[in-house]
Amino acid sequence: MVPLSWYLLVAAALFCIGVYGVLARRNAIAILMAIELMLNAVNLSLVAFWRYLHPAVTTGQAFALFVLVVAAAEAAAGLALIISIYRNRETVDVENIDLLKG
Amino acid sequence: MTLIQAVFALLAILTLGAGLLTVLSRHLFHAVLYLILSLLGVAGLFVLLEAEFLAGVQVLIYIGAISILIIFAVMLTRGMARNPGPPLNNQSLAAAVIAGLFFVLLAPVIAGFPWPQTTQGVPADTIEALGRSLVDPNQFALPFELASVMILAALIGAIFIAREKR
Repeated sequence: MVPLSWYLLVAAALFCIGVYGVLARRNAIAILMAIELMLNAVNLSLVAFWRYLHPAVTTGQAFALFVLVVAAAEAAAGLALIISIYRNRETVDVENIDLLKG
Repeated sequence: MTLIQAVFALLAILTLGAGLLTVLSRHLFHAVLYLILSLLGVAGLFVLLEAEFLAGVQVLIYIGAISILIIFAVMLTRGMARNPGPPLNNQSLAAAVIAGLFFVLLAPVIAGFPWPQTTQGVPADTIEALGRSLVDPNQFALPFELASVMILAALIGAIFIAREKR
């Protein structure tokens, strides 16, 4: 059987890849995709904890489901915002979206 | 190395490799395709963890819905796709250092901690129990209803924000 720590290591690596994507990408859609990677990493560790610690209790799976729901809502609202910004500013490059910069 | 461990290694490489290519690829459209591959890898890991329902939901919602939504957004903002320019900003080196350091910090803790492990198998009626717990007032009925309200709010908000103003 695969040890729990392997799953957690994969999840941690996936999360760090997401962190790098959020910090380093210039395109707003790419940043959103990196956030999806991070949410997936969290889900992976939640399900791994569920399987290895309390498989008889459904809490771990339920939490993963709620994370999925929030991810869907976040994607819908975030992409709508990006499309709206693109319509007004003709760019989705976060370097150029600096309306609030003093 | 047993068969299951080999499958795990394959899925882990698929997930992490595709994830890395997602954040690194120059073309946004390729990045979306790699993201789909990475999400598929996570779905495979869910199957390996015996969470079949979540694996199915992952394929349906992430690969079926969210990825398509992202592809739509890529298509609608195609001015960027035609002339991508450098995909990374000028703080990408610092970002790599931060993300790498975070992993270097996490990895020994995860690997060194004596995780308690049950030998208990997954009950056969897990999906039924999950479904019941979502509508059970003593468990997740309230978060479940809140989630549906939030989805509705996100839906209406997304339509309102993204629609053409006249």
